[in-house]
Order: sequence, then structure tokens, then C-alpha cells
Amino acid sequence: MTVTTRPPTGSAPGTAPSLAERLGARLSARLSALPTVAALLIFVGMIIYGEAAYGRIVQFNTLSNLLVNNSHLIILAVGLTFVILTGGIDLSVGAVIAFSSVAGVMLSNAGWHPVAAVLVMVLIGSVLGLISGVLIQYFGVQPFIATLATMFLARGLASMLSTVPERLADDSAIRELATQLKIIDGDKVNDLVITPGVIAAIVIVVLGFLVLHRTRFGRTVYAIGGSEQSATLMGLPVPATKLGIYVISGTLAGIAAVVYTSRLGSAQNITGIGWELDAIAAVVIGGTLLTGGTGFVLGSVVGALVLGLMNVLITRDGGIRPEMTTIITGGILLVFVILQRVLAARRRATQG
Amino acid sequence: MTDVASRLAARRGAIVRNQAFWGVIAIVLLLAVNVVADPGYLSIGYNSGHLSGNLIDILRASAPILMIAVGMCLVVATGGIDLSVGSIMVVAGAVSMELLSGMDGTTGDAALTLAIALGIATVLGAVNGVLVSVVGLQPFISTLVMMLAGRGIAKVITGGQNTTADNDSFAWLANGYVLGVPVVFLLAIVIVVLVALLVRRSALGLMLEAIGMDSRASRLAGVKRRSLQLTVYSVSGLLAGIAGVFATASVMTVDVSRTGYQLELDAILAVVIGGTSLAGGKFSIGGAVIGGLLIATLDKTVVFLGVPAAATPAFKAIVIVVLCLLQSERVRSLFRHRRALRAQSQKEAVAA
Repeated sequence: MTVTTRPPTGSAPGTAPSLAERLGARLSARLSALPTVAALLIFVGMIIYGEAAYGRIVQFNTLSNLLVNNSHLIILAVGLTFVILTGGIDLSVGAVIAFSSVAGVMLSNAGWHPVAAVLVMVLIGSVLGLISGVLIQYFGVQPFIATLATMFLARGLASMLSTVPERLADDSAIRELATQLKIIDGDKVNDLVITPGVIAAIVIVVLGFLVLHRTRFGRTVYAIGGSEQSATLMGLPVPATKLGIYVISGTLAGIAAVVYTSRLGSAQNITGIGWELDAIAAVVIGGTLLTGGTGFVLGSVVGALVLGLMNVLITRDGGIRPEMTTIITGGILLVFVILQRVLAARRRATQG
Repeated sequence: MTDVASRLAARRGAIVRNQAFWGVIAIVLLLAVNVVADPGYLSIGYNSGHLSGNLIDILRASAPILMIAVGMCLVVATGGIDLSVGSIMVVAGAVSMELLSGMDGTTGDAALTLAIALGIATVLGAVNGVLVSVVGLQPFISTLVMMLAGRGIAKVITGGQNTTADNDSFAWLANGYVLGVPVVFLLAIVIVVLVALLVRRSALGLMLEAIGMDSRASRLAGVKRRSLQLTVYSVSGLLAGIAGVFATASVMTVDVSRTGYQLELDAILAVVIGGTSLAGGKFSIGGAVIGGLLIATLDKTVVFLGVPAAATPAFKAIVIVVLCLLQSERVRSLFRHRRALRAQSQKEAVAA
């Protein structure tokens, strides 16, 4: 009952249990936020190191590029935060982006109205997410197998459409989604710019935050991650929520495809290989437990920026080969997952 | 008399219910389609000391798939999954080509290269095993990291190039013949039979299934979960390494972005076609072999009929989805059972 590992600090014996409990609660709350704080510290540390070692990091140009180049990853990470919070996983996001962007570019080039093409791109994501969700919720397939199947399916459908890079027509309106809007006009090219894609990412982050922390749906997501059985017994709408999060993840992957395609101006069936790893890593670095129940959308954003900044530093360094990036990302992901397990074990120990 | 008849009927029922039986039917149907397209499809020729013909080609093509399918089968039996088989293939291929390209081409060089390549593949598999068994990570996360990092490792090994090498002994592994039959197929069958004898003639297979059914219960029953999981992932890595050697030795070139690409799809498909449930707890090596043969037949048929090969991955993914749905039938009946129980308990609650 009482906490043996951490004796209460010199308080009266009568009040000790409640104080110890409060201490334990405070400690566990801190522990759950610890990885997010760590991610933030790592991000700041990387900026300081980058500025000291290579220079030209803390300036409008670099920072806006960081946002512009990683807006799709931020969007993906928000979607995966929902999924991972319930203790699930979505391995299909990279392949969904490939299928959605190839289909969108081909439709747009075939003369479709850009709004219709964009809508189809987003809907492709929603439908694939719905397929995963139905498999998981109504057929009891494990999340990683169901989303692995949708991953292969989406990748296969993308290859069916085309196996060569599909270029978006130069006058396509979809390209305008990547127009650079100057916010602050610095000297020379050192401007603070954002694109509609970045605005979309920011809006999605805010929406994701509000949905997770201010709505019944969001609380149900956390409850499922804590214990699906308890959530069901509490009478929470577990099936609809679980279906919903996979649709959300798929839809956000569709939106990420729009953002990415508009920036790059082309699409290919091998686009987005390994992005599921990046997105999972962003979420995990940001402090969301892979087992579900604990985590923050804003943490995932920090995680995505850490990965983005890592790419910038690797490019600046020049000594590390670009092929090493996936190895490093994987290594970071493993370190954070192991850190989570250690923290979880310690929390179990403190809570008795 | 009726006893015999009923027993026969029961036997027939068992065969029909056996999923591998449908795999055989599918192979026969595919071959029949080919025969319709070309009546001479099944003919086996004999020239310059070896058999030749489409059937022999299928056997040769099936060898790498059989290797990874058997490895995957064992991993799936423990309730895990190995997404890294394709990447371990390319690492083994990259190691062997890189080593051979700097050697003279003697048989000794080939043997040394083979040993090193398979050793590295086993080590990569063992890394998966340690992450799963000792660290306690979810199998799909550990092997997903290995899947993406593995291709990075292969690129680092070859410097991003598609290395080509020359060594007749090494090439013989994939292209040679013994008694007129492709060496590669004989080797694959010998390895499969060895693995099958090892797991089915000892208690190993049962122990693997026990881990897959209930890891905790198996530990309480005295099954050494950790060392068995470590072994299974190492064996899967070793078999993937052999598959990688087979795949690269036939052309004596490693294509760092294509060798083994998406072959985890084939391995998983072969396993589920063979009737092994991805939920773990039971496996059939014979089924996986039939699944592997079916995939090789399908690939060759698609090429033979001139159907665009780009459609194959999507088709395979759909087959996986369908088979997952069929497997979940059991889960659904469980749900029905639970619903009935719940209704009953509600009735009791009302009565009380």
C-alpha cells in the first residue's frame, strides 16, 4: 500500500499515505510527460549543436524549410498518434500516400478539376483506413496484420496505376498548394515563409489536439488505450471509436499525400517507402507509449521536427551517407521504445 | 461398411477443410490455365544433361520463397512476425556480391563468402530475436525497423551500387543441376525437410505453438520462451540469408533496391495459404511449402500469360485480406459465444 522505494520526506505519520499517494501520482504524471520533455530537450539540443557546428540553423530560411519539408510527416504523425494511443498501429500510411498521390496526379493530368482530384486523394486515404478499421474491429484481425495487408494493397494498386514517376502538369492548380507565402521578409533569401501545406498541418495539429483533449471521442481514445475491456465495460463507444481512428489515420495520410505531391510536383509508386517508420518514430519520440493510453499530439509534432532536423543536420554534415538515415531513425526509435519500457517498469514498481 | 464410409467421409471433410488442399487445387487450376493457353506448357524437356521446361522454372523460382516462407512460418507460430526477410535477403546478397567481386572466383572463395553472408544474415535475425525476446518489443516494430534499416545496410555495404561479381561455384548454387534437377530446388527441399523433421519429430514445434497460444502459460509450463524466440528469429534470418544467396547467385548481381523487395508479402501469403493462422499458436510447414509453390506458379503464370506483372502485388494483398477474413471466422464464432454468455448473464441479472 505504502510506497517503499521512495519514503515520504519527513511528514507526520498520520498524513503519510495520502501524501505518498499524491507524490506517487505526481511522479507518474511527470514520468508520462518525461519522454515528451526529453524530445523537446533533444530538439533544442540539436538546434544548438547544429548552430554551433554548422551555423545557419537558427534563421528564418532553415526553420521555414524545416516546417515546409516536414508538413506531410507532421500530418501523418497526428494520425498515428490517434492510432497508437489506442494501442493499435497503422503500417499502411506510406503506401496510402503512394497510391493516393499517383492516383491524384493521373486524375489531374487527365483533366479532372483540381478540387475533385484532391478530394479523391483524401477519400482514397479514408477508404483504405476504413478497410483497415473494419478488418480490425469487426473481424478481429490484429492491427499490424490488417494494416500490413492494406499497405501491400495500396502499394500494389499504386504499381498497377504506374511504375514510373508521374509528373504533375506545370499549370496544375494542385501545385498552388505549395505556393510560398512570405510572412517576414528577411535579407536576401532569409525569409520566413509558409505554404498552404504548412497551414494545413498546423490546422490539423490544432484540431487533433482539441479532439483528443476536449471531446468525448478523444477521451474514449485514451480510455481504449488504457484498457479496452474497461472502456467497453464503462459503456464507451469502443467499436465506433476504433473504426474512427483508422479512418482518421487514413484520411490524414490522404491529406499528407496532397501536401507532399503539391510540393514535389510528381508522384511514384515507390513514394513513401519507410514513412510509416518515420511517423511511428515521430509519435514515439514525442512521448506516446507504443502500448497506448499515454501521449500527446504536440509531442508527436516535436518528434516529427526532431526527425526533420536530423535530416537537415545529416545533409549539412555531409560525412554521413544518406543511406544511413533509415538506420539512424530506426536506432532512435528503438532507443525510445526501450526507454518507454524502462519507465513503464519503474512506474509499476513505484505504484506497487 | 457404413463405418468405413463415414470414416472416409470424415477424412474427406478433413482434407477439404485443410486450407493447404485449396492451395494444391489453386496450383492445378493455374497450371490448367497455362495449358489452355499453350498445350505444351507442362512438357519437360531433357537437353545437355538437365531437365528443362516451365515446371522446372517454377521449381527453381520457388526456392527462395520456400526458404523465407518456412522461416516466417516458425516465427508466426510463436505469435510473432518477421517483416525483415526481404531486407535480410538483400543484405546477404550485397555481402556475397561485394566479397566475391574482390576475389578470384575459386570454390573456396565461394564457400567462405557463403559462410560470411549467412553468418551476417543470422546475426541480423538474432538482433530481431534479442529485441523481441530479451527487450520485449512487439515483433512487428523490431522487424519493421530491421526491414527499413536492412535495406540501408545493404546500400552502405555496396556503396549504393548494384554490385556484380563472377564466381562459377557460387552461380552453380542457383543455376546448376544435380541429376538433371536444379540444385537450388534440391537444396531448398533438403533444408525444408530438415527444419520440418527438427520441429515435428521433437517437442520444439509444440513449444513454439505453446508460445504462440499463450506466452505466459507456456512459461509457467516450463517452456524456455526467450531462447526459443531468439532461435526462431535467428533461423528466420538464416533462411532469409539463404534465400538472398539464391536470388542473387542466379544473376550474380545484387540490386539494392529490388532484390527481396516486398518478398515479406510473398512469405506471409505463403504462410496464410498454408493454413497457418497469423494469430499464432499453430503452424504447418507443409502448408507453407504448398503456399510457396503456389506463389511461384502464380508469378510465372502472370509472366507467361502476359498479364501486366504490376497487378500481382495488389492481387496477392487481396488474397491475404480474404484469407485473414476466413481465419477470423473462428474469432467471430467466439464473439457469438460471448454474446450468448452475456445475454445469459443479463437474464440472470434480471432474474436476480
